[in-house]
Amino acid sequence: MAITVENVSKEFGAYPALRSVSLSILDGEFVALLGPSGSGKTTLLRIIAGLDYADDGQVYFGSQDVSRVPASERGIGFVFQHYALFGHMTVAKNIAFGLKVMNRRSRPSKADIEAKVEELLDLVQLTGLGTRYPAQLSGGQRQRVALARALARQPEILLLDEPFGALDAKVRRELRGALRDIQRRIGVTSIFVTHDRDEAFALSDRVAILNAGVIEQFAPPADIQQRPQSAFVRAFISD
Amino acid sequence: MATLASSASPPHRKKKSKARSSMPGFGLSMGLTLLWLSVIVLIPLSAVFIRSAGEGWDAFWASAASERAIAAYRVSFGTAFIAGAVNSVFGLLVAWVLVRYEFPFKRLVNALVDLPFALPTAVAGIALTALYADTGWVGKLLPAGLPIAYHLPGIVIALTFIGLPFVVRTVEPVLAQMGKESEEAAATLGATRLQNFTRVIFPTIAPALATGFSLAFARGIGEYGSVIFIAGNMPFHTEIAPLLIITQLEQYNYAGATAIAVVMLIASFFMLLLLNLLQGWQRRRVAS
Amino acid sequence: MRFRSPLQEGALVRSALILAALAYLLLILLLPLVAVFAEAFRAGLPGWIEAVAEPDARAAIKLTLLVAAIAVPLNVVFGIAASWAITKHDFRGKELLITLIDLPFSVSPVVSGLIYVLLFGAHGWFGAWLQEHDIEIIFALPGILLATVFVTFPFVARELIPLMTAQGRTDEEAALSLGASGWQTFWNVTLPNIRWGLLYGVLLCNARAMGEFGAVSVVSGHIRGETNTMPLHVEVLYNEYNFVAAFAVASLLAMLALITLILKTFLEWRHRDAIAAMGH
Repeated sequence: MAITVENVSKEFGAYPALRSVSLSILDGEFVALLGPSGSGKTTLLRIIAGLDYADDGQVYFGSQDVSRVPASERGIGFVFQHYALFGHMTVAKNIAFGLKVMNRRSRPSKADIEAKVEELLDLVQLTGLGTRYPAQLSGGQRQRVALARALARQPEILLLDEPFGALDAKVRRELRGALRDIQRRIGVTSIFVTHDRDEAFALSDRVAILNAGVIEQFAPPADIQQRPQSAFVRAFISD
Repeated sequence: MATLASSASPPHRKKKSKARSSMPGFGLSMGLTLLWLSVIVLIPLSAVFIRSAGEGWDAFWASAASERAIAAYRVSFGTAFIAGAVNSVFGLLVAWVLVRYEFPFKRLVNALVDLPFALPTAVAGIALTALYADTGWVGKLLPAGLPIAYHLPGIVIALTFIGLPFVVRTVEPVLAQMGKESEEAAATLGATRLQNFTRVIFPTIAPALATGFSLAFARGIGEYGSVIFIAGNMPFHTEIAPLLIITQLEQYNYAGATAIAVVMLIASFFMLLLLNLLQGWQRRRVAS
Repeated sequence: MRFRSPLQEGALVRSALILAALAYLLLILLLPLVAVFAEAFRAGLPGWIEAVAEPDARAAIKLTLLVAAIAVPLNVVFGIAASWAITKHDFRGKELLITLIDLPFSVSPVVSGLIYVLLFGAHGWFGAWLQEHDIEIIFALPGILLATVFVTFPFVARELIPLMTAQGRTDEEAALSLGASGWQTFWNVTLPNIRWGLLYGVLLCNARAMGEFGAVSVVSGHIRGETNTMPLHVEVLYNEYNFVAAFAVASLLAMLALITLILKTFLEWRHRDAIAAMGH
C-alpha cells in the first residue's frame, strides 16, 4: 500500500510541529523518519496513523483519502515506544485482540484466531509464551509481542514509534535485525520513527530527515551520506 | 561556603544500639506512637473481645445469633451491599465524567463529591428523612405505594449518600493515571469506543472499583447517624445492627451488646483483609 | 476541521453521561444539603436565631468546640509522631503498624463508643475504681473526648504518611549533615515541607471531630445542656418534633461542612503538587 502525505501542517497552540510536509512512500518500502526531538517526526507518524489530525493537508493510502478516517478504520498496525500492552491480558490474548474486536461478519473463527496467534508467536520467536502476562516478560520480549499484535490483522501499513527506544543496546540490535527480516518476509509498507541515525540507515530503504517541522531530505541512506542536501543534514549525519 | 567535611559529627543523641537509621528521634516518636495507639485503640478494642470471652461461649452465641440479631445483620449487610452496588455503578460514572470531560462548574461539582465526608451523619440523617417522608420534596412526588422513609429503601438511600465518595475517589486516580497508550493501541487495532471501554479501560480499573465498593460496604455496615432517623428502627424489619447494640446497652445487657459488637468487628477485620488483597491485585495489574 | 480524537466519545454520548452524572449528584448530594437550609429557615431568620441562641443549643456549641479544640491537637501530635517514626526510619512491621493506625476507620462508630463504656462505664473494668474516686468518664466530657479521639485517630497520620514517604529523607539528611539537631531538623525542614498536608489532615480531623454522632451518642448520656454535642442536640430536638430548631442547629453544622469543603478545594488548588504526592 503506497502512502502519500500532501502539504500536511499541524500546530500545537502557537508551536508549529509540522509545516506543509509532503511525502511519497512506495508499496512495501521501509522508511525511517529521522530527526532530533521536537522535529515533528512522531507528530507526522501519528497523523498518518489517525491518532492525531492535521490542521491542513491530506493523507492518502493508495488512492483513498484517509484524512478524515478514524484510526480504528485505517487498517494500520502501530507499535508504541513503551509497548502499550494490555497488562490484564495474556500474550496470546493481546495478540488476538485486533481479531476479537472485529465485527461479527468479518471475524475469523476461534480456531482461526488461535492458529494465527501461534503463527505470529513463531514469527517473532516467542513460541510457547502465549500464556504469560506482559509483567512476566523482558522489554525485548514485550516489544516482540507488540509487533505480533500489530501484525495480527494483516495491516497494509505498519507504523512504529521509536520501537526500540526503551531497550538496551544489545536487545536493540537483535530486534533491529528481526524487524527487518519480518518486514521483508511480509512485505508490509513500514514507517518507523527514530532519533538514532545508525538504526535508520541500517534498516531503511529511504530515510526522511526532519528538522523543526520540515523534511530536509528524503532519499536512500547512501544518497544522504554522499550527497547531503543541507547544512543541517550534513551536521546531523556526521558527528 | 562552609565545607561539609568539617561539619559537626552526626547528632545521634537518641542512638539506638542497633543504629537502625541515621535519622534521630526514633525512640521518642515510636514510643509516643505505640503508647497512644495502645491506650486509645488497642486496649479498648481488646476489651470487647476479652469481655465477650468472659461471658462464655453459650451466652455469646445466644446473643450474637439470636433471631433479632440475625435480622439486624441482614438489614445492615443487605442494605450496605445494595448501596455499595448502586454507588459502584454511578460512582464510576461520576469518576469518568470528572476525569475525562470538561464542563461548567466542574470544580464545584468535584468539591461536592466530598460532602458526605464533611457533613455530620446526623445532619444527613434528618435531611434525608425530611426529603423522603410522605410530605417531603421527593416523597410527595413518588407514587403512594412506594415507601421509602421508615422502610428499607430509606436505609439504602442513606447509605448511598454516605458511600458515594468512596467509589468516586478510589476510581478517579486510577482512571487519571491510565495514560492514553493502551486506549490508542486498542483504537489502532480496530476497537470501537465501547469495545475500548469494556475490554481495556474497565479491566484496568476493576480492582479500584472493587476497592471502592468494599470501602463503601464496610462503612455502610457500621453506619449509625445517617440511618437511624430514616430507618423506622423496627426490630426484625428495619433495625440495623449498631442500633441493636445501643438498645442492648440501654438495657444494661452488656453481654448482648459486646456479642454483637464482636460480630461487627470480625466483619470489619474481614473487610480489611479483603481490601489488602485488593490492593495487591491492583499493584499486579498496574505492573506492565 | 474539528475531528474528535480516537479516544473521545461522540458529543451526544458525552453530554448524556455528564447530565446523568450531574443528575445523580444533584439527587443524592445536593438535595439533602438544600433541604437542611430550607427547613432551618422555615420560620425565617428570627426563628433561626432563637433556636441557635437558646441556652441548651449554646451549651452544645460550646461543648462541640471544646471537644474539637482538645481532640484535634492531640491527634495532630500523634499523627506527626507516627509519620516521623514510619517514614523516616526503617523497621519491620511497618505495614502492620499502618494497618493498626487505620483500624478506627473500619470500626463502626457505635462500637467505638462501646469500647470505652466497657472500660470506664459503671459495670466496666475500671467502673468500680472510678466511682470510688468520684471520677466521671462516661456520661461526661472525658468520655466524649475519648470517643472523639478514637474516631478521628487516623486522619492526620494517613495524610502525612504518604506525603512524607514521597518526600523522602534527603532534606532531613542534608540538615543533619550540616549539624542540625533532630528537633531543629524537624522544625526547620520537615514541618515546612508538610504544612499543607498537615493543614489538610487537620481540616478533615476537625470536621469529623465536630460532627461525630454514633460514638459520642453511646458515651454521652444525653444530658441536656451538659453532655450533648451539637449533633446530639440535633437528635434531641428532632425527637421532640421541634423540627425547625433541629434543622437550625443542623444548619450550623452544614455551614461548617461547606467551609471545610471550600478550604479543602482551596488547598487542593493552590498546593496541587504537595497534595498530589499524598495520593489524592
